[in-house]
Amino acid sequence: MSAPTLEVRGLAYAYPDGHQALFGVDLHVHPGERVALLGPNGAGKTTLVLHLNGILAPGRGTVTVSGLPVVRANHKEVRRRVGVVFQDPDDQLFLGTVRQDVAFGPANMGMRGEALERRVMESLDKVGMADFADRPPHHLSFGQRRRVAVATVLAMDPEILVLDEPSSNLDPASRRELADILRSLDVTVLMVTHDLPYALELCPRSVVLSDGVVVADGRTFDVLTDDALMRAHRLELPWGFDPRAIGNLPA
Amino acid sequence: MGAGHKHRLHYHGHSPVHRTPAHVKLLALVAFMLVVVATPAGWWTFHGVQAVLLLGVVAASRVPPLYLAKRMVVEVPFVVFALLVPFVATGPRTDVLGLSLSEPGLVAAGALLAKGTLGVLASLTLAATTEAPDLLRGLQRLRMPDLLVQIMGFMIRYLDVVTGELGRMTTAMRARGCEPRSPRHWPVLARAMGSLFIRSYERGERVHLAMLSRGYDGSLPS
Repeated sequence: MSAPTLEVRGLAYAYPDGHQALFGVDLHVHPGERVALLGPNGAGKTTLVLHLNGILAPGRGTVTVSGLPVVRANHKEVRRRVGVVFQDPDDQLFLGTVRQDVAFGPANMGMRGEALERRVMESLDKVGMADFADRPPHHLSFGQRRRVAVATVLAMDPEILVLDEPSSNLDPASRRELADILRSLDVTVLMVTHDLPYALELCPRSVVLSDGVVVADGRTFDVLTDDALMRAHRLELPWGFDPRAIGNLPA
Repeated sequence: MGAGHKHRLHYHGHSPVHRTPAHVKLLALVAFMLVVVATPAGWWTFHGVQAVLLLGVVAASRVPPLYLAKRMVVEVPFVVFALLVPFVATGPRTDVLGLSLSEPGLVAAGALLAKGTLGVLASLTLAATTEAPDLLRGLQRLRMPDLLVQIMGFMIRYLDVVTGELGRMTTAMRARGCEPRSPRHWPVLARAMGSLFIRSYERGERVHLAMLSRGYDGSLPS
């Protein structure tokens, strides 16, 4: 197998108040994979995400992005390689116009002028928001803001896209549009979600995090149809949803 | 979100006043205000000249007078204060409509009203003819420290988010039988404000994390 885009080894972390969130997490994601990170509330999913680009520093263990260890000296390059899309687009979009916001990341990486402009428009094109470049983000609908948030990260040309609850608060049409966009991107994806049908639709592989450890790692279909595992870790499918009844699953 | 989809102070237009660069307008406003504030009480003609000048700019901006007039309600507390002055001030008194009023008080109140009204109208005209991002760029061109410009930018960006949040909180309070306007429920309102502060503070932290994640190193790209 190829060298992993993301490799997490024995990651443990306790918050300054003493609450331990992660107890030795092992996770690897290979180039081109789309992986869902599942788990109940409070399982440590967000804490794990914040380690992937060096916002939190591990208490023990290591995180490596395409061979580059996530340590302070590498933060700049790591943050270019790992694009994190946060759950609330209002946290991510903070500048006056969509264009400025999408340009923020690449400009911090030293990009200027025409190249920057081209990168901004390419990224907006990928999420179907090019016509909104000069609008203030807070005038957009929630679904549009989520898509712009994805574009702000795509503009940094990341090796792996990390999405925190990408489908939360979206109406079904926006949810499907985002799925289409994510499928059309040629990028490795790690998707943190409670939305199990969404994981099944988009991610061939799933990792289950529960109480700060990885308790399952396998085909999404196998995970979602393992009733004992699902019950043990507070994972529940929406009423009436049966993965076995779905014919065309992603490979 | 719940808040309106345009800035409540800006009036879209293409007049010469709209087209004037923001930093020129800012300097003009500051200069005008310094002159207005420095005018001694009682120089009514001079205030008149200032008012004519200002009204000329308003007319040139083609912002409807009613639009500005409605927004001038922010001045009301000052007007109330000014109206009280002649009653409480000392000095020789004079009778107006059967009320005994202080003469120096009347002059002071008149000056306060004139200066306040001119100031509010001038500021509203600037706000009506200049979009917030242009205003920030104007301040930048005037060499306002970058950090202050950034802070003001965030304030503008998140004003709607925070007022929207406050609106939803008060709606939720009303839904459970609390009337935020009634003094009896002010303690609850105070606690709501406290939690709004905490929420905004935490949002600030999340925004900062999101910025760091995209390589923020202390300065915004221009």
